[in-house]
Amino acid sequence: MQNRAYTGRTLALEIAMALLALLFLSPFYFLFVNAVKTFGEIMTNSASWPTVFQWENFSRAWSLTRFPLVFSNSLIITVCSVILVGLISAMAAYRMVRYDSRFNRIFFLILIASMVVPFQSIMMPLLRVVNELGLTNTRSGLVMTYLGLGAPMAVFLFHGFVKSIPLEIEEAATVDGCNRISVFFRIVLPMLKPMLMTVIVLNCLWVWNDYLLPSLILQSPGLRTIPLATFSFFGEYSKQWDLALPMLVLGILPIIIFFLFLQRYIVEGIAAGSVKG
Amino acid sequence: MRSNNFLKNLGLQSFYVGPVILFFTLIMVVPFFLGMYYSLTDWNGVARTVNWVGLDNFQRIFTNDPEFWKSFGFTVRFTVLGVVLTNVVGFALAYFLTRALKMRNLLRTIFFMPNVIGGLLLGFIFQFIFIKGFDTIYNLTGWSFFGLPWLGDATTGFWGITMVFIWHQAGYLMVIYIASLTNVPSEILEAAEIDGASRWQLLRSIIIPLIMPAVTICLFLAISWAFKIFDLNLSLTRGGPFRSTESVAMNIYNEAFQNNRYGLGTAKAMLFFVIVAVITIIQVRLTKKREVEA
Repeated sequence: MQNRAYTGRTLALEIAMALLALLFLSPFYFLFVNAVKTFGEIMTNSASWPTVFQWENFSRAWSLTRFPLVFSNSLIITVCSVILVGLISAMAAYRMVRYDSRFNRIFFLILIASMVVPFQSIMMPLLRVVNELGLTNTRSGLVMTYLGLGAPMAVFLFHGFVKSIPLEIEEAATVDGCNRISVFFRIVLPMLKPMLMTVIVLNCLWVWNDYLLPSLILQSPGLRTIPLATFSFFGEYSKQWDLALPMLVLGILPIIIFFLFLQRYIVEGIAAGSVKG
Repeated sequence: MRSNNFLKNLGLQSFYVGPVILFFTLIMVVPFFLGMYYSLTDWNGVARTVNWVGLDNFQRIFTNDPEFWKSFGFTVRFTVLGVVLTNVVGFALAYFLTRALKMRNLLRTIFFMPNVIGGLLLGFIFQFIFIKGFDTIYNLTGWSFFGLPWLGDATTGFWGITMVFIWHQAGYLMVIYIASLTNVPSEILEAAEIDGASRWQLLRSIIIPLIMPAVTICLFLAISWAFKIFDLNLSLTRGGPFRSTESVAMNIYNEAFQNNRYGLGTAKAMLFFVIVAVITIIQVRLTKKREVEA
């Protein structure tokens, strides 16, 4: 927007923003510092730097929560859900743009309208449906639910994007001998990549962090995801901060690392994903 | 030949759109209509027998359910405050971080970072900060703000949730506002400056009208996050003390899964849907009207 010279006022603004950023980061300071303290030290002074680094807090939390198991549960569910949501939504949006039948137009409107339905409004009958299908307490049941819940937004995003792809490219590919299916997978899908990244990133943040839906569908402890494990761990060890805090650190680290590595895509994805209304 | 074409078309249609139709129908459409039906019954979630009770559930909600309306009041107050403050903070961050600051990218990263953490874990983290962290700061500084009974009564519970909500979501709105602010053509701003417009006038008369599409989206998002708040509410206060910080989403959840009144719960959930839909439509209509072209 504005691009001026670096003046004294800019410097003052810079310092003010940096201080505000420190304030924003202070909760992380409290979390990380206290995660390695002894219980006694957490109770006496939660603001100080640790006098003794009690790293075994982490190994205890790690084994008590069976962290490798819950981490891989979260990972499997998230990866399967986001890839499948991306794929089926891209396919549907492609067809709905290229084959403008009355059915497709009405179905698109229904998908958009469904985005205002709060999850709580369908939650209880949904459990009944999942149960009738025999998918309660299975990862595939949960993934399937994410497909249904995630598709409307994803189709909407792809729909706008497909419209901007010129038809000529597909026509040329057909002339060169591509059939109707391979045109999509070999020509269109690669061009959808930027929007696919957006859809994957937005859904990753949602599915990875979701608590309510998995808590309703998954019951056995062996299937728990990170939010579920955190919740039950807190129920058991509440106020035992020397265990609860390292657990929370373990819980947030994967997504923070994911964010720091893929920051550019996440920020671009949010900006691109917000063009609706 | 014609029918062959028809079959081929049907095949392609089911190949491409079929999966979305299938999952969307199973997961959203069927439960939605089932929910409408269950809201008129005394379903308890377990028993096979479901009795039709007509509008009894709704009558009960409107005449004999003070807890629901208490949670509704809480949610409305929280939504109004949360939506205004996240948007103000998000916009202010975006406004200042589109200036030529040296640490601009680092600062954007920092302000966005809380957003990637899930509401549930965040609530637990802040439980520690409100209870132990604030206590320590109070002992060190003596500032009475930190000595309040944080999360221990209705007022501090309400403000606690609001503060964490802002810390959590402002960064997301900041990203959208930054994208929108970078698209404001600098020629217009320069021209206005030459004409002697002050910074405040620039902001009020040029920048804000031009970024109204972003305002529409950010209000929409913030309203839906705030109105449907559940995870953060659950882990931070669990609706307590004495159900004083219980959101509507949590009230519905408790009705169904603690009281085992699924019928009543779905009736509340349907009512919730209508309220959310009406508010969303009104908001989008109102802000869309104010969008202008550069």
